[in-house]
Amino acid sequence: MADPAPRRRGLLLRLAGNERVAVGFSGLLATVVVAMFAAQLAPYDPNAQVLVSRLGPPSFAHLFGSDQLGRDVLSRVIWGSRVSLGVGFSSVLITIVIGTAIGIAAGYGGGWIDGALMRIVDIFISIPVFMLLLTIVAIYGSNVPLLITFIGVSAFPGSARIVRAEVLSLMPREFITASRVIGSSPWRIMVRHILPNLVPIIVVSATLRVGAAILTEAGLSYFGLGVPPPAPTWGGMVADGRTSLDVAWWVSTFPGLALLIVVIATNLVGDGLRDVFDPRRAHLT
Amino acid sequence: MIPLIIGISVISYAIILLAPGDPAKLLADPEKLTAESYISMRAELGLDDPGPVRYVKTMSSLFTGELRSFRTQQRVVETIGERLPTSLALGLLAILFGLVFGILIGALQAIKPYSRLDDIGTLLSLTGFSLPHFWFALMLVMLFGVRLRWLPSSGIRPVTSTSWNPIEMAPYLVMPTIVLGTGLLAYVARFVRSSMLDALGQDYVRTARSKGLHEPAVIIRHVLRNSLLPVITIAGFLLPLLIGGAVVVEYVFALPGMGRLAVDAVFARDYPVILTITIFSSIAVIVGNLMADVLYAVADPRIRYG
Repeated sequence: MADPAPRRRGLLLRLAGNERVAVGFSGLLATVVVAMFAAQLAPYDPNAQVLVSRLGPPSFAHLFGSDQLGRDVLSRVIWGSRVSLGVGFSSVLITIVIGTAIGIAAGYGGGWIDGALMRIVDIFISIPVFMLLLTIVAIYGSNVPLLITFIGVSAFPGSARIVRAEVLSLMPREFITASRVIGSSPWRIMVRHILPNLVPIIVVSATLRVGAAILTEAGLSYFGLGVPPPAPTWGGMVADGRTSLDVAWWVSTFPGLALLIVVIATNLVGDGLRDVFDPRRAHLT
Repeated sequence: MIPLIIGISVISYAIILLAPGDPAKLLADPEKLTAESYISMRAELGLDDPGPVRYVKTMSSLFTGELRSFRTQQRVVETIGERLPTSLALGLLAILFGLVFGILIGALQAIKPYSRLDDIGTLLSLTGFSLPHFWFALMLVMLFGVRLRWLPSSGIRPVTSTSWNPIEMAPYLVMPTIVLGTGLLAYVARFVRSSMLDALGQDYVRTARSKGLHEPAVIIRHVLRNSLLPVITIAGFLLPLLIGGAVVVEYVFALPGMGRLAVDAVFARDYPVILTITIFSSIAVIVGNLMADVLYAVADPRIRYG
């Protein structure tokens, strides 16, 4: 494999030069802008029901058509971006905080601490997550903060495993030994020496997790177990169109397309970040 | 493995035990519920025992097959027995689909890396694991079920039939297989591509080439053989994906499998069924991982677990 040797350029320059990051990041940025300015961009009130224009096909007045209650699909897609991005990013934040804490504790602590923590991780990694989430949300109900917490916590085992593996690879390095020799406390070693070296792997794995979290939220909303209606969510909107597939293709199609584009964008950024942070293995991805 | 299963069962049970709401009130006919019947019902369901006692009782009845559904009063193991074949058929077809096309795409990409073909493959696998199952399923239904009327969009066999006739059932399984298989395909293709690129850089490939072997022979005899083996290791990783996907796919296509049963049980708060399915599918994941490890060691003599 004649992989061109990575030229020594600034990290930001390399990021900008990476095609995947550039494409994915622009897509993501566009979605963030749409979500932030939803109130200004949406042509109609997302929950306004205009019964005379029920299931109206796409037209200049309603670019994406209208749904079975006569709500403007485009406006709902625009507002729905808030839920997807909000739940996606915040839940991943929870995932990486828990995952990093457990991963560092297990990797640095070693011995029985490692054993105990990893057995817990093994347990949670074996339970099918989506079923567990369906059950929990059905039993304990859902609102946005709860949903973020559930989705965030449910993904922690994968994150903990990755962080632990990285910590284990750092442990025998000389700078750790040196720091220990001069009498640094374990806390100081973990925070000042290990944590900064984990940043690349945390950033990459977090980015790759955002897409999965967004899909999980949409899946729950599809079952009517996500953010409660009438709040527009992409998953819920796809479900709304289920009964009118034969007469109104636009109701389900557009929110799903939005979902697909955003998830592809985050995965592109994640893949590109991995290329940039880990050029030795770039050709493998 | 046993402590793992105990841990899983404790957690699944705790989630249900801590649930708000009173199962006795949920189950009882509100018209006929009197104070006495309520008390006797709670006693009958064992709701007055402390948590750990209830856990042990529930688990022993679960593993002896005596646990009954709240809703149908049927034994849960029997219900699962009826539903399992459908899910297994769907799962196997999806794995087959994912492996065949995933390996094909990944291999084609690795043979010509950084070519147009490679880019198309990358885009395909990227789309594959970014696709929401439920939406992809609906889009297929809309196109092939509703518009073109080529394929039936729900059920697993004609309503007039009850038999396991593969010819009758095949059209019903085409779309579910594609939806469930596409997610797997994406992972397999990525993995095969990187694993083959790795193999292509090895010394034995250079040796094979320099002794004048034809490129197809190099690829098939040396590269493919070495790079497909590690695919076994992702089987353990794909299984949870498959189970989660089956829940959605069986729901959308109204297939009478375990996933559909799980969703119905969740909506009806049929705790014994939820509990049994959660524990059984977790065990399936654990056993799957174990089998993948063993199979890998058997298939590759270089791997020795010490």
